[in-house]
Amino acid sequence: MNTVHELAEGIRSGDGRTLARALTMVENGDPRAAVLLHELYDPSATALTLGVTGPPGAGKSSMVNRLIAYWRGKGKKVGVLAVDPSSPFSGGALLGDRIRMQEHATDAGVFIRSMGSRGHLGGLSGSTRDSLELMIAAGYDPVMVETVGVGQAEVEVASLADLTILVLVPGAGDEVQTMKAGIMEVADVIVLNKADAGGMDRLQTAVESSLELVPDGIGRPPVVRFSAKTGQGLELLVEKILEEASSKTGDSRGARKRAMLVLESVLREKGRKMAASKVEEMFGGMEKAIDSVLRGETTPYGIGELLDKSFGEED
Amino acid sequence: MERKIRVLIGKPGLDGHDRGAKFIARALRDAGMEVIYTGIRQTPEAIANTAIQEDVDFVGLSLLSGAHNHLFPQVARLIREKGGDDIILFGGGVIPGEDIPGLEEAGFRAIFTPGTPASDVVEFIHEEMKNRR
Repeated sequence: MNTVHELAEGIRSGDGRTLARALTMVENGDPRAAVLLHELYDPSATALTLGVTGPPGAGKSSMVNRLIAYWRGKGKKVGVLAVDPSSPFSGGALLGDRIRMQEHATDAGVFIRSMGSRGHLGGLSGSTRDSLELMIAAGYDPVMVETVGVGQAEVEVASLADLTILVLVPGAGDEVQTMKAGIMEVADVIVLNKADAGGMDRLQTAVESSLELVPDGIGRPPVVRFSAKTGQGLELLVEKILEEASSKTGDSRGARKRAMLVLESVLREKGRKMAASKVEEMFGGMEKAIDSVLRGETTPYGIGELLDKSFGEED
Repeated sequence: MERKIRVLIGKPGLDGHDRGAKFIARALRDAGMEVIYTGIRQTPEAIANTAIQEDVDFVGLSLLSGAHNHLFPQVARLIREKGGDDIILFGGGVIPGEDIPGLEEAGFRAIFTPGTPASDVVEFIHEEMKNRR
């Protein structure tokens, strides 16, 4: 087995096999992954990261496919992480997003990786941010993350990448009006896909009227009409993405935001693990802790307080 | 540390019949595996690149057109060339018995012909994983 240092060298030099192996390590929670990520982290990296979200069938993969082609035309190395849901019953997953991107499968400048959400809520997998960091270290810029298409619940995507792109389609117009504000507020660019089909005016009106509810000061996202089928609107979409990117993450703020996003992701994972191991220590496992709750000895909140105390935060 | 078995199901060549491929993909998913499906009409090159990027443990090829003697070994060779020596290969489709030894020689550990229950494929994968550890 390679040393972590050799892995890091392989990734930096652009070796796809090594990157692929490292992504597996990160996904499987291999203890060496943290050491590797630590070694690879370059605070001055400026790769643009984009989270893509939207309801199932909105054309997220097809839009990503168009964006890959655009940036390849500009000579960029493009990375894609495509997250699909894992079955809560079997733990298995059918990862089919890349079907729409297979035209790039023989292009050495494109790296596409499919991930199962593995029980993580919010449309992402627990290791998505770490995977993104590996792609950045390997020199991919931009890197796009396509989330599980569940629509409203994936506000979490906003704490993943520099920009969040929300993809909507006609026919979903009625729902847009009643859509919870969350996902509309976190979107930095809203794409109205399938501009080649009818119903665009209605969709745009619905989206814009729902954006009126977004409080002033947050900044309303640009709304772009687009067709993944014909490519119509692609130039404008890229223009809006780059505009938003430079206004939100321009100069030193980009590096700062990225460090913050990664730290938040690390804290989430560490926090969960530390708390779980405390519960293990105090009760002998989750099941035993639940038994204790059912016997009326404590409550889930009581366990939370015990955790506070054991971490020395009771003041 | 949780290790998920990852399998690529690929359809090389011009044959557009993917019922079998999808049937197996679903069965493997239901057995708890992560299955990457490439879609139909893939070049051997595209399948090999995908296998490397996705870091799969297995590649299963499905073909009903009769071009398996030509395409299967090509995919096997490209995967080896790209450093995927440890990826286990299997195949399926309309494949005459007399072609099977040749494909095995090309690196295919199993060939599943029509009528094979999906559970046989699942069992094959679990067996191979055991031998690998």
